[in-house]
Amino acid sequence: MMTALERAERNIRRGLVIASAGLLGLAGVYLMAWRFTPPERFQGLAQKIFYIHPPAAYASEMAFVFAGIASLLYLLLKDERFDTFAEASAEVGLAFALVLLTTGPIWAKPIWGAWWTWDARLTFSLIEFLLFAGYFALRSAVRDPAERARYAAVVAIMGMLLVPFIHLTVYLFNTTHPQPVVVRTDKPALPLVMLRTFLTSFAVFTVMYIGFVTARYGIGARRIAREMTDAG
Amino acid sequence: MSTLHAALAIARKDLRIEWRHKTALLTATLFAILVLLIFVFARDPASVPLAAIAPSVLWVTLALSALVALNRAFLLEREHSALEGILLAPVARQAIFWGKWLANLAFVLTVQAIAFPLWILFFNVTPSLALIAVAGVAVLAAIGFTAVGTLFSAMAVRTRFAELLLPVLLLPFMIPPVFAASEATLRLLAGRPMGELWGWLRLLALYDLAFLVLANLLFPVVVDE
Repeated sequence: MMTALERAERNIRRGLVIASAGLLGLAGVYLMAWRFTPPERFQGLAQKIFYIHPPAAYASEMAFVFAGIASLLYLLLKDERFDTFAEASAEVGLAFALVLLTTGPIWAKPIWGAWWTWDARLTFSLIEFLLFAGYFALRSAVRDPAERARYAAVVAIMGMLLVPFIHLTVYLFNTTHPQPVVVRTDKPALPLVMLRTFLTSFAVFTVMYIGFVTARYGIGARRIAREMTDAG
Repeated sequence: MSTLHAALAIARKDLRIEWRHKTALLTATLFAILVLLIFVFARDPASVPLAAIAPSVLWVTLALSALVALNRAFLLEREHSALEGILLAPVARQAIFWGKWLANLAFVLTVQAIAFPLWILFFNVTPSLALIAVAGVAVLAAIGFTAVGTLFSAMAVRTRFAELLLPVLLLPFMIPPVFAASEATLRLLAGRPMGELWGWLRLLALYDLAFLVLANLLFPVVVDE
């Protein structure tokens, strides 16, 4: 029978192995984007960011949604593992959101002519980032673990309801974002070689998400296990 | 005691305390006036006419003073652990939420009611019937974000840095109502047809309904040990 501490250590190790595989895959995506895809006709080299930026958006969105679901499950089942998972997923989501918010302006400068525009999806990502940054501000301000878990879950669940409203708001405000080129009712509007790199990147980001969250979950669980040993 | 009676009793108690002290109300009002003032001085009078920024200024002022007002709501309860006393009372947790929310809404609306005529005065807004509609929009917007604020201030007050945490948590939630309300205000002041307003009013009403229900459902999670 493994102790909680050993299980946590094993999760960290597994997470790091998966994350390393993901990072290796990311190097592969860079290589594919650099060597094997042609420069895009209108955007030139700036378009290369397309192999990183939408996958990061997808990974952060997935991370936040899972954090929200785990928070709901925590309130319903009162199992602290859900809280540990929600924290892990939200933190990884913040990291991907940061990738999203930094790669966006790098592309926007040559294409839109400005580092920052108050475009709908850009604004949406920023607000979501701030929402989850607030989630961590709250977490760090509460000492009691059970209280921290409950409060964090409340904020995450309220956040899930806020998301559709923010979505509506920012779209009514302004959008100049490129329209979907892959998920469309007719066939994807980009060459196969670009599509292949793009989809590989999505798979790689999924692997990275799983790796990071597993490791981060292990770190959270290890902290709890240590607190238990110290207290007991 | 029915939920409604209990809620009204709690709201009455809170407002009575507020009325006896008047410090919070005066401070929040003063704060609102100062925000209005800062906007007047922070613009370039030669290039930005007051009328152009009036709707935005109204909504930034109302949102910020609501934040200040909400911050003090649960601070009252923290002193002498007054909240524990209310929690011991044989009333539903929901009744406590409704009571707190009603008191907060009344407080926020009072501050807004004082700030509103001052905004008309400072920003040379032409008095017209449209202003009554703007006041209605203010009420519609306040309903939703005070519900969120009531829930969050109950949490924030039990943390370290309560005064800092509430704005950080609440401001993202104020974006949809403040945006919809200032868009509606803009159209009302420009005398646009009603057809352009419905969308914004519907968004506000939907926000109010959604967050009143969810905040009320989550409130017991926050206050129960």
